[in-house]
Amino acid sequence: MKESVRVLTPGGMLGQGWDHATVERGIALGADVISIDGGSTDSGPHYLGSGKAKTTAKAVARDLRSLLTAAAGAGIPLIVGSCGTSGTDSGVDWVAGIAAEVMAEEKLDLKVARIYSEQQAADLKEHLSEGRVHPLPPLGELAAETLESCTHIVGVMGHEPIVEALRAGAQVVFAGRATDTALAAAYPLMMGMPAGPSWHAAKIVECGGQATTNPRSGGVLATIDHDGFTIEPLDPEVSCTPITVAAHMLYETVNPFEMREPDGTLDVRDAVYTAVDDRIVRVEGSKFHVADQYTIKLEGARITGYETMSFTAIRDPLILRDIDAWANLMHEILRQRVAQTLGLEEHEYAYDLRLYGHNAVLGDLEPESGPPREVGVMLLVNAPDQATATAVAKVANPLMLHLPTPSMEYLPSLAFPSSPAEVERGPAYEFVLHHVVDCDDPTSLFRTEMGETRA
Amino acid sequence: MPDPVPTLADLALEVRSKNAGPFWVTMELFMRDADGYRIAADESFLNERVIAELYKVDESEILFFRIPSLNVVKISFPRPISQGSLRDRDMHAGQHHVPLARMRIAA
Repeated sequence: MKESVRVLTPGGMLGQGWDHATVERGIALGADVISIDGGSTDSGPHYLGSGKAKTTAKAVARDLRSLLTAAAGAGIPLIVGSCGTSGTDSGVDWVAGIAAEVMAEEKLDLKVARIYSEQQAADLKEHLSEGRVHPLPPLGELAAETLESCTHIVGVMGHEPIVEALRAGAQVVFAGRATDTALAAAYPLMMGMPAGPSWHAAKIVECGGQATTNPRSGGVLATIDHDGFTIEPLDPEVSCTPITVAAHMLYETVNPFEMREPDGTLDVRDAVYTAVDDRIVRVEGSKFHVADQYTIKLEGARITGYETMSFTAIRDPLILRDIDAWANLMHEILRQRVAQTLGLEEHEYAYDLRLYGHNAVLGDLEPESGPPREVGVMLLVNAPDQATATAVAKVANPLMLHLPTPSMEYLPSLAFPSSPAEVERGPAYEFVLHHVVDCDDPTSLFRTEMGETRA
Repeated sequence: MPDPVPTLADLALEVRSKNAGPFWVTMELFMRDADGYRIAADESFLNERVIAELYKVDESEILFFRIPSLNVVKISFPRPISQGSLRDRDMHAGQHHVPLARMRIAA
């Protein structure tokens, strides 16, 4: 049995870019596997809802070239998860397709596995009717109609489908939606490393350099062994300290002591963080409690309507000193004009009027007051179809150009930044699933295809 | 002119907020030292009721984590506005720490 496993994570996300020298340094330090996350829900529901990636193909190709050549040169596996931002089947194929081109150019012949995580509403409705779907807080019980309304649903895989693909001989794994941690934990777990240190190390490396003194400097190398793990930055100028490492358990987590994975819960309450030297940290005492029931989390997004955006700007202090009254007048006249011209009642469309520079970001929570120097006025309209959303925005256009405050006796002209003023945003989405499915088999919701992708 | 009454931000290395998945917001106060931590972790000063008022959220759904070894107070609650929806003005919830950061410390 191996004494230890070294996991190289070059950054927080495929496509973000890194200095290839940091990857080479990780290889020189003896990396056994490279793992990298390709996505997140963090940038909003559009990516899952539309099945499109947040990253641009050239940035993904550049990073894949760095990793594929390094992994092939060292003869170690490469694991990429949540491909194409949201981990839809189209996202897996998109990343795998880019990789195939890179491998052809670099004359690499690697065995590639694609693991698909997209789910069909019909299958999930069966699980639902048999009582195997449960809500996670703060959401409530799932309705079958909610499943049907989603444009895409993914299951968030654990390490098992990845381990299965590696055991079947895959040198490169392109996984659909996976927990951020499963990507880095898969290989150490497969090699017999204990679950506590494997999952804890995976959480620390998942955002690349976030756990270091310079998060912009590239990734990290975690060495997992039978008693714990050590972590060091790939950039020799950068350090990990017990504080930077411990603090990373706080990042984007609800609970900093516990993290649920499909097969159990990582528990870091008793973890002890010690400086090995001025840039390497040792962590011991991480535990993993296997759950009674194996569960797979679902993510799903649906269309809420179609949006059109318009934007204008105000600099005149006569309006700015009365900006709330100006906005109230805008609401009043806009609703009247939409009813008069489009015949729409208020429940047939929705809009958000945001005063950037005044209180747009925090809204009712904004603690400051006082006249702003300038205000950007964003009108975001949502309607059941694009034409209606744009019609509402166009009805607003003369108001966005000329609306005075109630006390002004002339019509001002406000500063549109572009022509046309309206921008059609297409379908708008929302996340509607935050539920888990009880599964007897960790791989049953996922489908793996093995094959050479030599173009 | 600097504010004569210090705020939590004045005693912190960093105050931040972020999504913790699409349905939760989490905030962290990284205090400079144990003295700052004592103030931020003081339950009579900063508690579920205060956060409920500041963020207009349900007091019973707010989670507090006080971590003396890191001089950190972490606060999580369900996202009041669904991420990416028409009325969500902060996709990553990355600017929601401000009302917390500017809380004035009792003299």
